Amino acid sequence: MHSLSLDLQLLNACAALLLLLSFSMLAQRRTVTLVNLLALQGALLVGATLIVAWRTGEAHLYLSALLTLALKVVGLPLLLHRLIRRMDVYWDTEPVINPSATMLIGLLVVVFSFGLAQPISALASTATRSTLGIAIAVILLSFLAMITRRKAMSQVVAFLSMENGLFFGAMSATYGMPMVVELGVALDVLVAMLVLGVFFFQIREQFDSLDLYHLETLKERE
Amino acid sequence: MTPLAAATQLLEVLSATLAAPMFLGWVNQCRAWLQNRRAPSVLQPYFGLRKLLHKDAVLAENASPLFRAAPYVVFGTMVVAAAIIPSMGTGLPMSTAADGIALVGLLATARMFLSLAAMDVGTAFGSLGARREMMVGFLAEPALLMILFVAALLSSTTSLPLIAEGLSSHVLGVYPSLAFTAVAFVLVLLAENARIPIDNPSTHLELTMIHEAMLLEYSARHLALMEWAAALKLFNYACIGFALFLPWGAGNEASGPLGLLLAVPLLAIKLVVAGAVLALIETLSAKLRVFRAPEFLATAFLLAVLGLLVHLLLGA
Amino acid sequence: MNLPVSDLEACLALLAAWGGIGLAGLLRPRSLRFAGRTLFPLGAVCGVGLAIVAAGHLGQPPQSEVLPLGLPGMPFHIRLDALSCVFLSLLGSVSAAISVFSAGYFRQGEGTLPGLLCLEYHLFLASMGMVLLADDAYSFMVAWETMALSSYFLVTTQHRIPEIRAAGFLYLLIAHVGALGILLSFGVLQGGTWQFTFDAMRAAHLAPAWASVAFCLALFGFGAKAGLVPLHVWLPEAHPAAPSPVSALMSGVMLKTAVYGVLRVTFDLLGSQQWWWGLVALGLGLMSAFYGVIFAAVQTDMKRLLAWSSIENVGIVFTGVGLTIVFKGAGLVPLAALSLIATLYHCLNHAYMKSLLFLGTGSVLHATGERNLGRLGGLIHRMPWVAWLTLVGALAIAGLPPLNGFVSEWLLLQAFLFAGDVPHTFVNMLLPVGAAVVALCTALAGYVMVKFYGVIFLGQRREAGLATAKDAGVSERLGMGALALGCLVLGLVPAQVIRLLDAVAHELLQVPSGRWGSQWWLLAPAAARQASYGPLALFALLLLTMLLTVYGVRLLYRRRERRSAPWDCGFAALDARMQDTAEGFGQPIRHIFEPFFRMSRQLPAPDDEHPVYRVTVGDRLWSVLYLPLAQAVHATANLVARLQQGRISTYLTYSFATLLLLLAFVL
Repeated sequence: MHSLSLDLQLLNACAALLLLLSFSMLAQRRTVTLVNLLALQGALLVGATLIVAWRTGEAHLYLSALLTLALKVVGLPLLLHRLIRRMDVYWDTEPVINPSATMLIGLLVVVFSFGLAQPISALASTATRSTLGIAIAVILLSFLAMITRRKAMSQVVAFLSMENGLFFGAMSATYGMPMVVELGVALDVLVAMLVLGVFFFQIREQFDSLDLYHLETLKERE
Repeated sequence: MTPLAAATQLLEVLSATLAAPMFLGWVNQCRAWLQNRRAPSVLQPYFGLRKLLHKDAVLAENASPLFRAAPYVVFGTMVVAAAIIPSMGTGLPMSTAADGIALVGLLATARMFLSLAAMDVGTAFGSLGARREMMVGFLAEPALLMILFVAALLSSTTSLPLIAEGLSSHVLGVYPSLAFTAVAFVLVLLAENARIPIDNPSTHLELTMIHEAMLLEYSARHLALMEWAAALKLFNYACIGFALFLPWGAGNEASGPLGLLLAVPLLAIKLVVAGAVLALIETLSAKLRVFRAPEFLATAFLLAVLGLLVHLLLGA
Repeated sequence: MNLPVSDLEACLALLAAWGGIGLAGLLRPRSLRFAGRTLFPLGAVCGVGLAIVAAGHLGQPPQSEVLPLGLPGMPFHIRLDALSCVFLSLLGSVSAAISVFSAGYFRQGEGTLPGLLCLEYHLFLASMGMVLLADDAYSFMVAWETMALSSYFLVTTQHRIPEIRAAGFLYLLIAHVGALGILLSFGVLQGGTWQFTFDAMRAAHLAPAWASVAFCLALFGFGAKAGLVPLHVWLPEAHPAAPSPVSALMSGVMLKTAVYGVLRVTFDLLGSQQWWWGLVALGLGLMSAFYGVIFAAVQTDMKRLLAWSSIENVGIVFTGVGLTIVFKGAGLVPLAALSLIATLYHCLNHAYMKSLLFLGTGSVLHATGERNLGRLGGLIHRMPWVAWLTLVGALAIAGLPPLNGFVSEWLLLQAFLFAGDVPHTFVNMLLPVGAAVVALCTALAGYVMVKFYGVIFLGQRREAGLATAKDAGVSERLGMGALALGCLVLGLVPAQVIRLLDAVAHELLQVPSGRWGSQWWLLAPAAARQASYGPLALFALLLLTMLLTVYGVRLLYRRRERRSAPWDCGFAALDARMQDTAEGFGQPIRHIFEPFFRMSRQLPAPDDEHPVYRVTVGDRLWSVLYLPLAQAVHATANLVARLQQGRISTYLTYSFATLLLLLAFVL
């Protein structure tokens, strides 16, 4: 514990804060705060990337940090805020299961990911391998958040948070993905956002609301 | 038991008992400053206690001996709790008799006697307050235990002075698990001491109070002891927080009498800052609806368990 | 002991004495005075003797004997070893106190003659003792069945009431389902030798798969008797139906014989333990603890509340058993010893605490005729002895220092702290979460006890008839007082008790003895982590502080006190209906833990002239598990019932078909 260098300790702190942010996303009711939490997650990722870049000296990680800053801390949150204002979806107050139960399931998911990550961490060769468990936990928690939300906007934010977790996992296991893979993932996310945006407008047109409960009326039989 | 240890023990108990109302007065002072009004003097709680002790006690006709004994039990447990929290020094002989888990047990004893006394006279407020107090308590107590567990796992012991020593001797570093548990501890402190956002310590509206509702039937010396015990509880919680998260500065066997003397002003500084921060938190928050309180405490509980899991994963 | 009789023979003689006292009750069956003044106190003396003999034998090597009873080729084997001694002393001491209480408790006209009641009661005690002494499967099952049958008759003492008969039937049913599990488990344990003595089972080496089967069957069977979720449904019915001393015996002692059975099978009869068994026991234990306590919080009948609380405590005991198995299976033997001692201590504690509480409710029931919490209140004024003694029990169950409930909780939490050493990945993360659940259950137990004690004894009287309630009689006070004293002693000198319990750990787990600290006033598991608990010092300091405060206040501020109407914020028209009800006290639990209950609400319409608001809180497991099972059994039975046609030609056809088949096969 005391023998860890400062940068590794800071990385552990970033990982823990990332986990905390995913948890708070799970129970958050205001979409504006959700997007702000997403931006904070992005900022943490930038910090973590910079620390790893400084530690290993790999140049492409600096570029990756810059990209993350531009997209995840500035670009996407601004876009999402504009969407919230246009579609007037400030609150998501009715989760599918009540918040306490969601938090409990989230806790079990965290235990599961931590237990899963212990043997995998032993195989990796980076110094940051102990944070792999947290990365898996963030991915799974974001998935859980996607499941337990009713408004489409919250689901999108959870999807983006999942991508954040994936990015963090890649960094802790292999010191960042190759640039090509990274650009590919970023492009995927961008395309997904475009498609989802079009989708939401159509839903809004049809049902006059972004509550996904209405999609259930599209069943064949009653 | 060395003379230094005995002196530390006695000094801790006496200073906690005597200084606790002043701490409360200081918190009220900070709140008044933040709310742009003039506060009574920092010594006001002492005047209040003296006034109450001078009065004749009025007891309800159907108050039982339990009702009359409860203030002494509650006050006694708070004083004994002050004896085992290492606020000024870690060489406490009483800590072999009671460790962190026993401390939580002592706090639970006080809570239970308070609730039972509240139900004794049979008014609507008393039983309502008792029910709410136990509701807050049954979630706050496991959260506090989990917080102690994390600290105990980090220092390989459940004895509070040894935890404080262990944590203060670690190299200064970032411990995420301690960060989680620190946030959880602040939440538990707010809940257990009936501060905003769980309860409003300055209200006497029946629908919004928990702690005050339980004291409604008490008067004179019994009320004085209960209020003093409440102030002492806040002081104790603050000192637990210092022992777990800011343990530097407490005297120990190695530093001798000089260490003990230095520890007193250090503790005073920590308390001043803590009181100001508490007042800030209280001013910035709004009181929660009663049934949001379990969610608040569940968050504290989950944060504590999360801190435990992060410790097991990262080893920090 | 230096007497010419061995300890084992002394125990056997005392059990036979109980049997004799029971039979003596048949001499004058209608005489309450004979049973109450003579027989029950004699039974109490035998109990005390049993406790002393058993406690004195701890630490000495086991003794065994073969009795001339039983079938020609299968005589009864009996054995007295450390595990039996602990549970025998529990049985003896607790039953002595309960017998003293019963001497003054039972009344005429309850549905069973006093002499018959005496017979059933002492037969129950003797059979429980026999279960603890049995050293082969045959005598074990005979004693087990006798225990079940005698307790069935005790539960249905007031057999004229239909609900009590139904509760007794459910109890008997599940007891026999459990007995089937135990029997099958013994069948697997004999491992092909077809010798049913425990010595043969100890020597038999089972394949790991068969050992797991035996363990699971034993857990099922003993769990049904102990009240482990989901086999707990009989407990909340049978305990309220039985008379209070019987409820106390069942809750305090009978449930512990089931724990004894699990410990015996797992650590004595099975040679080695696999660590995942511990997880099963741990999971079931935690579930029972949680389920039990939240249901206890919403009950409106005082004895049902205590029954659900027993389920919670049984869950905590099984959590300790599971932890012991996990540690033993992972090879961490000293830690296994710590959790075993925590488990045994909790068994002892619960026996004293729960019996005390049940006896208190018995006195309240006799004084007021009410079991419903909504019709009690303010009894501390009319029944001070019962109130103050029950307070000791309530504080003990809530786990408050310096009483005994805290000691077992402390030990269990210390054991959980070591769980990080277990070498399996998921387990060392799940176990601290288990500690969190145990802490939650203990805190909820405090909630339940505030509700229980506050609604019954504190506040105002909710019914006018309570104003004439009379306090308990002398024998009742003596019985409850003995149990309260036991709670206090177990809480204040735990180090001595643990030194005695260490003999069990030494025997079952082969740990060297003497690992505990040497001071008698301090409880210190001498392990790598430094932690200690000194309840005497704590209690002394607490008393000193309180006395100093009283003296100081009186010295400095000599003021009078006067009595007046309650303040109540100036509201003058205060009546008894304005205080909290039992349902109201359970409302936060109903609100927070809603998914676990099956609630049905009946709300009044806006134009109702006599509005009624009713909430019924039911057990989900009953409708999800038991009713479908009962329907399936019914359906199968109906199918098979088609065989019985009632026509002679059909029965002749059966015989004809059998004859044809036999001829075809033989020739």
